[in-house]
Amino acid sequence: MKIIHCPVNGPRPLQEFYFGGQFRPLPDSPEEGSLTDSQWADYVFNRDGAPGIQKEWWYHTPSGTWFIAERDIVKDSFVQTYLFEERDEHA
Amino acid sequence: MPNRLPYREGEWIDRNQPVTFHFEGKPYEGFVGDSLSSALWGAGVRVLGRSFKYHRPRGVYTLTGYDVNCLVEDGQRTNLRGDILPLTSGLDVRSVNTQGGLDRDRLKVIDRFGSFMPVGFYYKAFHTPRRLFSFYENQMRKIAGLGKINPQARPVATPKDYAFCDLLVIGGGPSGLAAATTGAEAGLKVLLVDEQPHLGGSLLTQHTHAQESTEELKKLLAKVDSLENLQVRCKTQVAGHYADQWVALVDERRLTKLRTKSSIFATGCIEQPAVFQNNDLPGVMLGTAAQRLIYLYRVAPCKQAVILTANTEGYRLALDCIEAGVTVVAVVDLRHDGEASVLDKEVAAAGVEIFRGHTIYEAIAGSAGRKVNGAILCPLDGEGNPDRMGHLRLGCDGIMMSVGWTPNAGVAYQAGVRFKYDHSVEQLIPHDLPEGVFVAGRSAGLFDLHDQICSGHRAGLQAARQLGVYGGEIPNVPVHNGPPPSHAYPIFPHKGKKNFVDLDEDLHLIDFKNAHQEGYDNIELLKRYSTVGMGPTQGKLSNTNAVRILARLNQSTINQTGTTVSRPFHHPVSIENLAGRRFHPHRQTPFEAIHRKLCAEMMHAGAWFRPEYYRSGNSSREDCIVQEARQVRHSVGVIDVSTLGKIEIFGPDAGRFLEHIYTGCFTDQSIGRLRYAIGCDELGVIIEDGVVARMEEDRFYVTATSGGAAAFYRDLQRWAMILRMDVQLINLTGHLAAINVAGPQSRTVLEKLTDLPLSPTAFAYLDVHQSQVAEVDALLMRVGFVGELGFEIHMPASHAVHVWKRLMDAGAAQGIRPFGVEAQRLLRLEKGHLIVGQDTDALTHPYEVGLDWAVNLEKPFFVGSRSLEILRKQPLERTLVGLVLSQSQGVEECHLILEGSDMIGRITSVAHRTTMGEPIALAFLRPDRATVGTEVTICGSGGKRITAHVVPLPFYDSAGDRQKLDS
Repeated sequence: MKIIHCPVNGPRPLQEFYFGGQFRPLPDSPEEGSLTDSQWADYVFNRDGAPGIQKEWWYHTPSGTWFIAERDIVKDSFVQTYLFEERDEHA
Repeated sequence: MPNRLPYREGEWIDRNQPVTFHFEGKPYEGFVGDSLSSALWGAGVRVLGRSFKYHRPRGVYTLTGYDVNCLVEDGQRTNLRGDILPLTSGLDVRSVNTQGGLDRDRLKVIDRFGSFMPVGFYYKAFHTPRRLFSFYENQMRKIAGLGKINPQARPVATPKDYAFCDLLVIGGGPSGLAAATTGAEAGLKVLLVDEQPHLGGSLLTQHTHAQESTEELKKLLAKVDSLENLQVRCKTQVAGHYADQWVALVDERRLTKLRTKSSIFATGCIEQPAVFQNNDLPGVMLGTAAQRLIYLYRVAPCKQAVILTANTEGYRLALDCIEAGVTVVAVVDLRHDGEASVLDKEVAAAGVEIFRGHTIYEAIAGSAGRKVNGAILCPLDGEGNPDRMGHLRLGCDGIMMSVGWTPNAGVAYQAGVRFKYDHSVEQLIPHDLPEGVFVAGRSAGLFDLHDQICSGHRAGLQAARQLGVYGGEIPNVPVHNGPPPSHAYPIFPHKGKKNFVDLDEDLHLIDFKNAHQEGYDNIELLKRYSTVGMGPTQGKLSNTNAVRILARLNQSTINQTGTTVSRPFHHPVSIENLAGRRFHPHRQTPFEAIHRKLCAEMMHAGAWFRPEYYRSGNSSREDCIVQEARQVRHSVGVIDVSTLGKIEIFGPDAGRFLEHIYTGCFTDQSIGRLRYAIGCDELGVIIEDGVVARMEEDRFYVTATSGGAAAFYRDLQRWAMILRMDVQLINLTGHLAAINVAGPQSRTVLEKLTDLPLSPTAFAYLDVHQSQVAEVDALLMRVGFVGELGFEIHMPASHAVHVWKRLMDAGAAQGIRPFGVEAQRLLRLEKGHLIVGQDTDALTHPYEVGLDWAVNLEKPFFVGSRSLEILRKQPLERTLVGLVLSQSQGVEECHLILEGSDMIGRITSVAHRTTMGEPIALAFLRPDRATVGTEVTICGSGGKRITAHVVPLPFYDSAGDRQKLDS
């Protein structure tokens, strides 16, 4: 069973976590509806599954902590994890 | 008294404890410390089992449990490996897979038809004609297969255990002992496991002759004893090595889930057989098996031995045999230039004839094929092929093979270690190690005792350095010197087709040639077609030779041919270790005890356990449900709705935040009022519904569906972060309990318990008030999910039982009674209220279910708004309608609505019996068939066509008069 490093609680077993899907910033200014229908469809339906490092949402259930994990999806190994608000420091 | 060799220090048997046991119904004697196989061999039994396919007699082969020649059952347990089954008093076992007993096995006749069963036989022979396949299958299952399961066997509860360490050392031989003691001395918490009953590994059998190695073992064991941070577990197999060093350990009693920070594989090598005619006869065994018999159990492997060898260990074995009183008839060395070490002269001096550049071409069977009584030798030509012209026959009752090794690497592969073939040792050695995983000793290609100890020491230091407790130098890797201990191709063709490569599956050399000719020239394909390595031992004795054969057939190298990896479990693991107790934790509301006392039939609802209905006398389930519903329609009922998600949202952005989450508007909501709300995902699909209560300017209280509450709260947390909203969220789901009091008499009952005025004007529909009920602080909401006048009371869980009891007392005159989830479903169905997840699916958007009014696309943004903009412009593909059914049975949820053979709809909720009388349903229907009055056909249970017609929703109280009652 995998161990994931929660940025708040440290290393914890996988079963304490919930996978929240790929981390993808909202497309540019959705408020203004500037996206065409097909651009929006691309955002909601398509995911990039290319091998490499993927940014993902993970949630530590017992403590209610959302964070971002960078995972090598070829090796299934976590590269680093950090809180959403710290993402610029880890970019 | 069992017949054994004289006492020798280090033997495993306890001569003071003789044991009587039964095998195949006959009594035998052995000692405590024996395994079943060793005791039987000591008692002169040569046939320990029958092979899987041809039912050939089989005897001791590895004596480590790395073959399955001796598989037995005791009536309770089956497929026990005799090699590792400890002898206990009263043990009574039989061989598996025989008809009429091991000795007479009627199925042995199959052996004679072997030539008619080529590789892929089953695929080719039994698939045509197809109608006969089930007959063939049935017959084959009787013949093939292993032990029988006893359905009467009593259940066994097996404990599961958790353990943690810094360093796991697998294998208690010289390198493992060195690694474990080094790691422990560096300060690591070390666990040393070995599948054998005692530590020592090859020091117990292969190095025993030399005094200094016995001293070395004592020294290492003393050190093991002295180190408190070094724990030892024998008779424990590493069944699997999983992600992030999570390891499954299995012993006789339990499964241990171990988490380690590093692992050292000191798992040694598995000795490999040579392939020659009849190499499976009882009496033909590996050299190490003979040494185990001699040194651990003090059993002479045979009287007259012929030793087939290609390494120093074979010569060592010859001397061991002589010391044990076995006559060594000949040492047959596959190498033309023979043995270079001094052992060559020692063996010759003992009077043993050495045949260099020879092989055993065939083992001769005697005594009705049940054991070996001779060997035919052939000289080898320059290419390594036997020259039958020069053949020579020797009499013997034992043939021992010491021709090479393969690393015991199954679990190391699982840990991510990759191996490469190395010609200096003619075996695979590790070349790519993941972080925190090390390989030492013989499995790293080291055969010298000193080298093995050095490499173990080195691995211990590496682990210590990786874990930050050692900062010194790491010594160099020892390198193997001298000729390779393994022969590159100890495989010899024979026209007799009984030269076995895989003993699990009875595969012989020609099977590989045929499979290759049929195009299976890739190792993975060959494996699956021929089934090599797919038996219970997972190819521990066959994969190496299979790869060699294929490499030669393909005229490629071993590295180009590749190798297959073995999966967990390393050895067969009995199912009781895997089966756990059923453990489905569920949440209980504070009313759990009350429900049970009232004979509630409980059901799982998401994470919760809820009353489905309350049993009443001998009434049927349906009767109970309808009775409960009628009580609500006519008087008053209560339902435990504590499972609702209850979330408080406060802060300056609370209203704006809710408008981002839900499809409706909340910033303009009045304080003290409720609004129904639906939440969508980015696709515009409905994922949540509930009510939003505005308590204060900056404080809202929302309810969420019982099943979706946890996910919804999670989503809220994430959106608050992404949207950078100044809001705080509190999940009160478990903290608060909730009761819905519903029915025309609900006001009358509740009035007795609260000072809050409940009149229609003071407490209007969709009002929310904070007050007290039965002296308990509570939130009261006037809602109408079930379609009657009703109040939802939310209160601290700690005081909820008190409130429940007071409500029941207050409503006694009205006949108040609880109703379950089923009655609630029926009531809301009559009212046409949908349940998210039942009447909606993973594609349902609000426009399909008549919730257009709850969607406000004028807002700047909410989750799913962009998708809903697009969906609104598209024509509807389906719409949710009410149906009245022509029959009161035969229609279930998910039944299809057909027009000819086209599907035009699907039932989402159905009630056969209602408080109004008619059977009704909610269904998705194609919009052009959804007009009121349209008749449709449902494909009901058993394909029966049932008609229904579309009616307007809701079915019950379409004017909403029931909410206006002022009684």
